[in-house]
Amino acid sequence: MDFSLKVWRQDSPDAPGGFKTYQAKNISPEASFLEMLDDVNEHLNTIGEEPIAFDDDCREGICGMCGVMVNGHPHGPQDGTATCQLHMRKFSDGDSITIEPWRAAGMPVVRDLIVDRSPLDRIIEAGGYISVNTGAAPDANVIAIPKEAAEASMDAASCIGCAACIAACPNSAANLFTAAKIGHLSLLPQGQPERWTRVIAMVETMEEYFGSCTNHGECESACPKNISIDFIAMMNRDYVKAQFKNFAKIGQ
Amino acid sequence: MTENTFTLDAKIPQGPIQEHWNTHKFDTKLVNPANKRKYKIIIIGTGLAGASAAATLGELGYDVEVFTYHDSARRAHSIAAQGGINAAKNYANDGDSIFRLFYDTVKGGDFRSRESNVYRLAQVSNEIIDQSVAQGVPYAREYGGLLDNRSFGGAQVSRTFYARGQTGQQLLLGAYQALARQIELGAVTFHTRAEMLDVVLKDGRAVGVVIRDLVTGEITPHSAHVVMLATGGYSNVYFLSTNAMACNGTAAWRAHRKGAFFANPSFTQIHPTCIPASDEHQSKLTLMSESLRNDGRIWVPLKAGDDRAPRDIPEDERDYYLERQYPAFGNLAPRDIASRAAMRMIEDDKGIGPLKNGVYLDFEDAIDRLGKAKIEERYGNLFEMYERITDEDPYTSPMRIFAAPHYTMGGLWVDYNLMTTVPGLYALGEANFSDHGANRLGASALMQGVADGYFIIPYTVGEYLADWLNIDPVPTDDHVFAEAVDEVNQRTERFLSINGSRSVDDFHRELGKIMIEHVGLARDREGLERAIAEIRSVREEFWKDLKVLGTSDSLNQSLERAGRVADFFEIAELMAIDALSREESCGGHFRLEHQTEDGEARRDDENYAYVAAWEWKGENWPQTLHKEQLEFEYVALSQRNYK
Ligand SMILES: Cc1cc2nc3c(=O)[nH]c(=O)nc-3n(C[C@H](O)[C@H](O)[C@H](O)COP(=O)(O)OP(=O)(O)OC[C@H]3O[C@@H](n4cnc5c(N)ncnc54)[C@H](O)[C@@H]3O)c2cc1C
Ligand code: SF4
Ligand code: FES
Repeated sequence: MDFSLKVWRQDSPDAPGGFKTYQAKNISPEASFLEMLDDVNEHLNTIGEEPIAFDDDCREGICGMCGVMVNGHPHGPQDGTATCQLHMRKFSDGDSITIEPWRAAGMPVVRDLIVDRSPLDRIIEAGGYISVNTGAAPDANVIAIPKEAAEASMDAASCIGCAACIAACPNSAANLFTAAKIGHLSLLPQGQPERWTRVIAMVETMEEYFGSCTNHGECESACPKNISIDFIAMMNRDYVKAQFKNFAKIGQ
Repeated sequence: MTENTFTLDAKIPQGPIQEHWNTHKFDTKLVNPANKRKYKIIIIGTGLAGASAAATLGELGYDVEVFTYHDSARRAHSIAAQGGINAAKNYANDGDSIFRLFYDTVKGGDFRSRESNVYRLAQVSNEIIDQSVAQGVPYAREYGGLLDNRSFGGAQVSRTFYARGQTGQQLLLGAYQALARQIELGAVTFHTRAEMLDVVLKDGRAVGVVIRDLVTGEITPHSAHVVMLATGGYSNVYFLSTNAMACNGTAAWRAHRKGAFFANPSFTQIHPTCIPASDEHQSKLTLMSESLRNDGRIWVPLKAGDDRAPRDIPEDERDYYLERQYPAFGNLAPRDIASRAAMRMIEDDKGIGPLKNGVYLDFEDAIDRLGKAKIEERYGNLFEMYERITDEDPYTSPMRIFAAPHYTMGGLWVDYNLMTTVPGLYALGEANFSDHGANRLGASALMQGVADGYFIIPYTVGEYLADWLNIDPVPTDDHVFAEAVDEVNQRTERFLSINGSRSVDDFHRELGKIMIEHVGLARDREGLERAIAEIRSVREEFWKDLKVLGTSDSLNQSLERAGRVADFFEIAELMAIDALSREESCGGHFRLEHQTEDGEARRDDENYAYVAAWEWKGENWPQTLHKEQLEFEYVALSQRNYK
């Protein structure tokens, strides 16, 4: 298959960026999207042009490293699929494909298709954990957890931290990412003691870097792990409740 | 280090094995809480091993500084582990115990691991589950709300805890979150997109590292009382493997060149259940978790060259060869055995799929028995992943699978304290060689990584640190740091100045082909000798004809890869040399010259029951082999029998 690519190139965070057009020729329909880019990069290297920089690692849709805008869609056209798992058979021979980095004020471009997602770590550092030191844990089966609760928590915990939700949002809000982490922990009994302090700390840190959610729902459809927007509603409810001081005191 | 007179002291505690760890913890010098802050610890890597160590050492009060080449601690390759983690909880009440987990692991490793280390691993396995549940790892549960277990290869009990097909992800998020808490508290200083390119020694001990900032290209020295490498394995020496693209052996190899012995480099694991390669351009192979072998049945057509679609091949014309050859373990035979069995089927022209490079893993019976919903609950995300990659639906037609490089049992030699042969330098997780012998059992790598980080190193590091109280780390303006930085700078510039015609990936692919052909599933003298010659000649070519564009003072991914591939060439050569020197078959190391009549590995315990620890002797000198003899007191040496 042949494709015509329009790719965002930018040398450094402060350098001006722009699109360049490249031809991807003779690509196997079995190739993944990133393998197609590998191929283009091999060609660029041969002709003396620096390869396109992009982030990736596991190529299995789990590390959250990859992610670009493909024709305006975060991670491309296939539902519930990270860029690395997208295959060229989903495109038609001769297609033009525009490839851009995530765009959000909180996540500046580092180079070409690579952005700085470190604010997501800042949100986790603000409270996205259960404070338990190594060695202090009781036997794992002391607390029974209803299967449904564990499953729902796992649904939220599946977030890979790719930031597609932020890229998809017209306001560059990080609510789906933040809500997923909060949901993961607050659905478990172990997450209860810090439930109210956690939601306040994380939401406030999120707001330092990212825009406000106005319920567009674009995040949910962009998410490669199909994280449900319901978690945002849960987070909002907890955030409001957490403002009442007594909730924080009773822990529930 | 003194020449050749060096003796390998594994520091195994005395007394009955059940007491080793307790005795050792008691005997190890404690560091007074008030003094911990005075010790500086550098940790490289934030996979399960590194993140868990960093979090725990931070909690204890040490001054910890962490580096990873990823953009976040959560990206480490551990995130991709699918199937599960073992522990000897015996929640399933099926006869499991610490001793059985120990026994299975020693036997599974084909008697090439150190009993004492493995016993300790089995002992702390239970604490791992407690710890991770307390952190909020959402393991699978039964309807009563208690934890669920499943079986993995090489075991006849159900001891594997899992979180869907994303166990590594959930465990790593637990460790990452614990680490995030320590960063927030100021106990841990954290650097992302920062690659360690050398270990710095002074008077024979590790005193720091050299780091390249992958965004600005800046190369800086960092000093500490101890350095810990938790940098993962080197399966990507094969180019195509199940490892993440960036996994590499550079940190371990640089340490090796500075005096850390490299143990059993040829012990690599080729995993039996991966999606077969589809064409020449493939960049990596995808694992289909071993847990699938709980319910899937492996078969090939009975008749060679049978081209019919799988569902057109009647039951009596199929060969369920694992069930036939290994009735006791069946589809759950250990990895090395299952991989070789598949290889033999393909050699006999019974391979299936468009390239005839796979065998079937079939869920038809399981779906009939348990219903599609149950299978979906157990393996839904794996089935989806399979479909995405192959465009085939495993609910209706069987999966195609084949073996792929997956894990390296070999790694830096460490003693019972996890210290390498360089004082002050430690290796944790897949980067060390310690617990898996010649073959790792499924769901044991996660167990080892977190055991090392949460429960072992926080104790054992005290032994060394106690001697350095009130002595500051060597300042970074010391000449040893200036020299190390200089060396790294020169090497970096050298890649850019070759200006040849071939890309890094092109060389890497070529190296991978040599390795998989000659140092893969089956090895023999002739092939290994050829491999060594070929590796040397391609490496020479690499240093003459490599083409890396761009500059060293910017983000330059080709440059990053060039350094890693340059080290892969050297690792590859040592792997082949090690494989050549081991005239026996054991676990993942299968020498065609040494097999039983029915094609099983034939060990030679009399001559090879040792850990091969290689010492670097300089650029143009052969490496020296040191042997750590292995004693088997608790698990009687026997030929592994899974029939
Ligand atoms: C697809 C797959 C599935 C698996 N499934 C299972 C399973 O179900 N159960 C199981 O027990 N095991 C499984 N394994 C094995 C297991 O995941 C790994 O062995 C284990 O996670 C390794 O952990 P680690 O902490 O040692 O290293 P890694 O997780 O590989 O982490 C290495 C870290 O070191 C950093 N690093 C490396 N070099 C440098 C450098 N030079 N400078 C700076 N940073 C550096 C990296 O950035 C990373 O943070 C699986 C492996 C694969 C490939
Ligand atoms: S919520 Fe979805 S889109 Fe957002 S970071 Fe997590 S996985 Fe990515
Ligand atoms: S490369 Fe890991 S999620 Fe895509």
